[in-house]
Amino acid sequence: MVNSPLLLVVPLLPFLGYAVNLFLGRRLPKAVSGTLACAVVVASFGVALDLVLTLVSLPPASRALEQTVYTWIASGDFSLPLTLRLDPLAAVMILIITGIGSLIHIYSTAYMHEETDAEYARYFCYLNLFVAFMLLLVLGANFLVMFVGWEGVGLCSYLLIGFWYHKKSAGDAGKKAFIVNRVGDFAFILGMLLAFVQFGTLNFQAIARAVGPLAPEATFGTLSVLTLLLFIGATGKSAQIPLYIWLPDAMEGPTPVSALIHAATMVTAGVYMIGRNAVLFSHAPGTLEIIAVVGTLTALMAATIGLVQNDIKRVLAYSTVSQLGYMFMAMGVGAYAAGIFHLLTHAFFKALLFLGSGAVIHALGGEQDMRRMGGLRRELPVTYWTFLAATLAIAGVPGLSGFFSKDEILGSAFATGHTVLWFIGVVTALLTAAYMFRLFFLTFHGEPAPAAAAGHAPDHGDPHAAGDAHAPHDGGGHHLHDAPPAMAFALIVLAIGAIGIGYLGVPASLGGSDVLGRFLAPSFTVSAAAEATPALPQHPDEGAAAAEGVEMGLMGVSTLAALGGIGLAFFFFLRRREASDALAARFAGLHRLLLHKYYVDEIYDAAIVQPIRLTAQEGLWRGVDVRVIDGAVNGVGEAVADSSALLRRLQTGSVRAYAASAFLGVILILGFYLWY
Amino acid sequence: MVTLNQYLLLSAVLFAIGALGVFVRRNLITILLSIEIMLNAVNLTFVAAGRAFGTADGQIIVFFVMTVAAAEAAVGLAIIIALFRHRESLDPDAFTSLKW
Repeated sequence: MVNSPLLLVVPLLPFLGYAVNLFLGRRLPKAVSGTLACAVVVASFGVALDLVLTLVSLPPASRALEQTVYTWIASGDFSLPLTLRLDPLAAVMILIITGIGSLIHIYSTAYMHEETDAEYARYFCYLNLFVAFMLLLVLGANFLVMFVGWEGVGLCSYLLIGFWYHKKSAGDAGKKAFIVNRVGDFAFILGMLLAFVQFGTLNFQAIARAVGPLAPEATFGTLSVLTLLLFIGATGKSAQIPLYIWLPDAMEGPTPVSALIHAATMVTAGVYMIGRNAVLFSHAPGTLEIIAVVGTLTALMAATIGLVQNDIKRVLAYSTVSQLGYMFMAMGVGAYAAGIFHLLTHAFFKALLFLGSGAVIHALGGEQDMRRMGGLRRELPVTYWTFLAATLAIAGVPGLSGFFSKDEILGSAFATGHTVLWFIGVVTALLTAAYMFRLFFLTFHGEPAPAAAAGHAPDHGDPHAAGDAHAPHDGGGHHLHDAPPAMAFALIVLAIGAIGIGYLGVPASLGGSDVLGRFLAPSFTVSAAAEATPALPQHPDEGAAAAEGVEMGLMGVSTLAALGGIGLAFFFFLRRREASDALAARFAGLHRLLLHKYYVDEIYDAAIVQPIRLTAQEGLWRGVDVRVIDGAVNGVGEAVADSSALLRRLQTGSVRAYAASAFLGVILILGFYLWY
Repeated sequence: MVTLNQYLLLSAVLFAIGALGVFVRRNLITILLSIEIMLNAVNLTFVAAGRAFGTADGQIIVFFVMTVAAAEAAVGLAIIIALFRHRESLDPDAFTSLKW
């Protein structure tokens, strides 16, 4: 472990960008505020890169950089330092956050260009703050520092989903995200407190050391409850069943925000948190089973919904939920490295997909409905080719990043005996390929789009359309144009990543050496220094040569699933469109069920939202507040008024009555003193 | 020989007559006179007590009371004249408009 004073600089740079844009932003021209916001994140990426290079130069057993900024809380014998810690896991995360974050900042300078100066600065202000909090979340060396980041990113998510706050649906979506997250956060806080009660510390390393020597819990005990609470927190942040409902609505935010927060970084915080506490979770096999099952079911359910949605961003949102499900499945079967690997590849291809869809929406002046798109292949070549790379990657076509990571997860699930989960995972892979290529074909192939042909913004969709600043430079008409340079740059860099990043984790059975897996392994064991062999016990790649045959077979199945899904999409959405309509008509009930997202929003509304609203309105407002509290206040006033109405009758105005009462009073007082 | 108790009894009787006059008479001037009777009943008590205890204190206080009573009679009569000009009546029950 090495001390490094540079660690604080990584989150501090974006925070400075935030502060400057917060106080001066509305007076700065777009060029200045945008450049500043990009510059701080790029600089932060530079520092992060330098730190990671330092980390890699250390021997594998002691790869950790630490910096204690100051003692945050000191109370009795409890002291909580604000410590930042960079280990291999955090290293991967900060590179994703600052790297992809930089690209999305650069992309945003073009995407958000139609906003006014003040709005533009506000956007970058929030975006920088988000990056700062996200870095704090991953660098925090104890639960409380992580929690500050955890809440901070939730706040920024709320602010950015509701960025176009004058639109009611955007404001509602922001509130929904914040409130649903609050449910998860409550469980997270309980888990944190339980961890403190149990171990007397909130430091991840100390907890891992305390848990390390124990045997995994055979029954569902304290550790299982503790990890389950943390996992519920993760389901909120990372959009898993039952708290995934906010993520599809979060698409109301600007598209780069969806790419950065709701695809690449923030929603993976739950996965990261489990990876960070891998030792703790490994000792609660009961919770791990639950995580694996929840993750797999989420993956399947979101994929089926994604199959029939018509809004391009909603398909991607459900796809994100589904891919996060894969990551949780990996965590649940103990393949932590595989989960983080998928997090990494997903960050690239999903950010790319969102930015690509943003370029499409931008080109069509705010159109988001895929049924009104089509034939954009020729008009948007850069978007087309980069989108194709990302779609192939997410579909799991061999040779691209998604294939390696998804396959490692499925392989791990199979190797640990979760055959059913593996099977659902393969089915989901097929569905993933199908819905992604459906999206791809509907958007870029086929008949030219009504939206494109009409060449103008429709009356619905993204409020982006309202500020359609492209109209001025071609005199009212709107012609299709490919991504401007800043957007194209981000798309191309991400496309290279989406294709190539998978080669960091090529498994041994394909002649690779799983560089990433070995790099990450020390983060998932008790103490980097204490462990002689940084091998992950659950890691399937360490299996015998015989397992390689099985692994190759599994890969064959996944590849077939991916190609099958692409084939289905090709047949139904490109070759014979009428066949897909016929199929939808044939299974109308199922189609409607999927289109309405299994009516989960409606069920939640009926089961939770309405009862709470009713209790609040009829019980707490009209009952407790109006009757009890207002009643007490008004009652005191009325009692005083009523008794005064009686007493004022004494004021007769008759002098003799006053004299009589004064006389009587004197008699009484004198009598009292004379007799007692 | 007249004893102190007899003086006190007389003054109590005088005071009761005065008080009764204040309550039952329906003429403001009579009420004022009744108040004078009550004051003089008290004066009698002071003088009698001063003599019985052999001090001059009682007589001194009586001078003060007589001064105040004179002033009170002057102010009281002035008010009664003003009231009479206002209502053409000396009945105290005519002046009860200052009530609830």
